[in-house]
Amino acid sequence: MMAFVKQLNGMSIPNDLDPSRFARRIRAHALRMVFRAKASHIGSCLSMADILAVLYTRVLSIDPLNFHDPDRDRFILSKGHAAAILYAALAERGFFQVDELATYCERSSRLTGHVSHGVPGIEVSTGSLGHGLPMAVGFALAARADNRSSRVFCLLSDGECDEGSNWEAILFAPHHGLDNLVVIVDFNKIQSFGRVSDVLDLEPFADKWRAFRWNTVEVDGHDLGALEQALSAKLTQPGKPTAIIAHTVKGRGVSFMEDKLEWHYKSPSDEQLVQALAEVGI
Amino acid sequence: LRTTFVKTLTEIADENPNIWLLCGDLGFSVLEHFAARHPKRYVNVGVAEQSLAGIAAGIALSGKTVFIYSIGNFPTFRCLEQLRNDVCYHGADVKVVSVGAGFAYGSQGYTHHAIEDVAIMSALPGMEVFAPCDPLEVRVATQLIAGSGNPSYLRLSRAGEPVLHSAEPADLRVITFLREGGDVALLASGPIVSLCLEAAEQLAALAIQAAVVSVPCLKPLDEASIMHLAQGGVPIITVEEHVMRGGLHAGIASLLVAHPKRPVVSGLGIPEPVKKISRGGNREELLSESGLSAASIISRVRAIVGR
Repeated sequence: MMAFVKQLNGMSIPNDLDPSRFARRIRAHALRMVFRAKASHIGSCLSMADILAVLYTRVLSIDPLNFHDPDRDRFILSKGHAAAILYAALAERGFFQVDELATYCERSSRLTGHVSHGVPGIEVSTGSLGHGLPMAVGFALAARADNRSSRVFCLLSDGECDEGSNWEAILFAPHHGLDNLVVIVDFNKIQSFGRVSDVLDLEPFADKWRAFRWNTVEVDGHDLGALEQALSAKLTQPGKPTAIIAHTVKGRGVSFMEDKLEWHYKSPSDEQLVQALAEVGI
Repeated sequence: LRTTFVKTLTEIADENPNIWLLCGDLGFSVLEHFAARHPKRYVNVGVAEQSLAGIAAGIALSGKTVFIYSIGNFPTFRCLEQLRNDVCYHGADVKVVSVGAGFAYGSQGYTHHAIEDVAIMSALPGMEVFAPCDPLEVRVATQLIAGSGNPSYLRLSRAGEPVLHSAEPADLRVITFLREGGDVALLASGPIVSLCLEAAEQLAALAIQAAVVSVPCLKPLDEASIMHLAQGGVPIITVEEHVMRGGLHAGIASLLVAHPKRPVVSGLGIPEPVKKISRGGNREELLSESGLSAASIISRVRAIVGR
């Protein structure tokens, strides 16, 4: 335990907001967390690491010392099973001590296996898919009614786009002109039973968002520059919400996990952890 | 009842800029009053109850008090997980208002009969459940939940229900005696209270004095008053426009089971409609076919008091 905490401490560089190094560190944290807890979903964490890194270093207007500022941006992780790497990002961003990551999934820890609003920096708990976007729409409506500058970001998995509740909200947001709302889809093309194209094909995916009248952008979800450009873009189409379809690779950054369904479930062995950490560059 | 609700809510919203009203494309000729007065705080989300509940949670977590309004089982069962996860577990200040309680929608069939809703809503953590019996209780209930800060369920019948109270009840969390009587106590929630009053009137002609008690708050139940009532040993009969499992009778029976002087507790409710195919009929007719009429209340009372 102590050795583990020291390792985590050694990895942390306070206030280092370089997105590339931030992404490496949160990948490493997540790997250690799921290794120690023998938890699932590391593939889902790694596929969105770069998106989180850009959001938390370059995009979100949030202050860990004044988290309840009503003018803050909201980030909602609807794919709540990828909690480990979000907790890692929040710790790296200064919402709580990096040491605490070592308690992930332990008895009485705040850091539960699915996203919990008991954790500083978390807006809402998620874990049942298809809940995040309607709530994000509610945040966006309230922010607009109060004339706040807040933007609301909601990260969805591709698999959860099977949920009808998402499509209710996808229909709603453009009708109400919620241009303060940004959806990012972590489109890694694998859902829990197999390839999205085999389980329930979403294609033509971007066209669906366009048909629902969203300002729709497709990016390489591992290109930090492209992500920053897409996420920070000033309104190009006032009155329209933005959908960023981020093409990603499940398990990205660890060669033996990349694009492999099994890493939705498995946790790494001792040897695999060593190799994985070496590959992510820690 | 729904007209009283909207009128009261609009008045509250006139004073309180944090009150919002969302509907699931239902409430035609009812909600327009609020919508006209407070267009920026009224949203028809469309026929989309999951989105309705999730959006309400997001608005509420931004510091507002959000009422969501629809018919029967739509704002409850259709979005049950959103109410559980997004509203209740977050303690979001969302009020679920359902119109058409019990058999209020008569011939429309079982899709529109809300007869298991109290059980399901009561199971949600922190959800307070109100079933007012007349316009005066609706008014007080609306004011109460608008200021409670707690997730709440308001179960309304439809329109034209008579006033049963002589004056506005001061506190809707406690039971109210609408009629005194020492031989038996009839406890009921919602407009079916009027059937109890009718039965009590006829029982008086048989020299049986029945108390009639309105229980507008089903969760939290007014345990102190009900325990006190039981102290006298008078038989208690619950009457509800709901299945017996998980409703008024279940709540009172499980409370009184531990009472040292537990009186006879009996209940009248809607039998579980297993594989039941709907037939036409108005509310009163459907209630009667389910064994809920003044006559059936009278016969239950006579069987228990032995007269």
